[in-house]
Amino acid sequence: MRHSPRPEFIAGVRAELPILLGVVPFGMIYGVLAVGAGMTVGAAMGMSSIVFAGSAQFVGVQLIHTGAPGMVIVFTTFIVNLRHILYSASIAPYLARLSLRWKWLLAYLLTDEAYAVTIIRYNQESASPVKSANRHWYLLGAGLALWSTWQVSTAAGIFLGAQVPSSWSLDFTIALTFIALVVPTLRDRPSVAAALSAGIIAVLAFGLPYKLGLIVAAISGMAVGLWVEEKQMPNSRRHERGDGR
Amino acid sequence: MNVWLLLICMGLVTYAIRLSMIVMIGRVNLPPIIQWALCLVPPAVLSAIIFPELLMPRGTLDLSFGNLRLLAGMLSVVVAWHTRNVLLTIGVGMVALWVLQAVFPH
Repeated sequence: MRHSPRPEFIAGVRAELPILLGVVPFGMIYGVLAVGAGMTVGAAMGMSSIVFAGSAQFVGVQLIHTGAPGMVIVFTTFIVNLRHILYSASIAPYLARLSLRWKWLLAYLLTDEAYAVTIIRYNQESASPVKSANRHWYLLGAGLALWSTWQVSTAAGIFLGAQVPSSWSLDFTIALTFIALVVPTLRDRPSVAAALSAGIIAVLAFGLPYKLGLIVAAISGMAVGLWVEEKQMPNSRRHERGDGR
Repeated sequence: MNVWLLLICMGLVTYAIRLSMIVMIGRVNLPPIIQWALCLVPPAVLSAIIFPELLMPRGTLDLSFGNLRLLAGMLSVVVAWHTRNVLLTIGVGMVALWVLQAVFPH
């Protein structure tokens, strides 16, 4: 059965695998940084499972190290993770029929990396007439694959104090992973316009504090994409796109 | 603030953001224009992360040929466009960066 839970789960895990290449060094670097910032082994690992958000963890460790007040750290976490509201809204229609228990579980697993592979799959699927009743298993597979890899790799960084030589430049795999995910989706003008304008504005707004530049850039990029869409085909969009997403 | 209390607050904030729209949708229906806008979230957010990584690897804008990450990244864009293969894109980009770093050491 193509759409029973097990194959959906496995497909989610599989889709996540290439991304894990970029996640492992990222997690190990976090582990090394957290211990270096003076966090205990328990707290450093606790952050990986309780917060479970890569960039917020890096910023958090940095702020803890500089002795920032707790409220500032919590508010910064809020700002850095604000983009997940967009992920949450974007994925929500596909999860609308699930029980609350499923929603609670999947919300915990809704990271950048799990969202990225899942939404691309769901958007493709919604263009085809066959819809899977078990597609939430796909997100569960992707989410758990990322979760376990993140826990193990941050633990490895913490315990081994792993000195991944910086000359290997393994952090570059994160950017490469995002390139591999986003470039194939740039098949129409609004997407290209959104990507280019978001990227340029991200560079211009890079100096803004608390990663706000990322949020400003993403929202501006989406606005430009919508504007291009509106100019391109003012009448047809609602027929094509507005049907029950 | 106790470090564990801090971690729990950070976790709750993160979780509340991720859960918010998932539990609200169904009760709150998003208009079509918002739904279409959300299709643009992946290209917009991912590009907003990619561009600074490639164009300003040391924190300032660097459009020169000395910016090896930009060169390797552009090659990986070409590979991604033609093959749509995630592993191949990452592999080619990484190898390109290593080769460039070996040929043009800083």
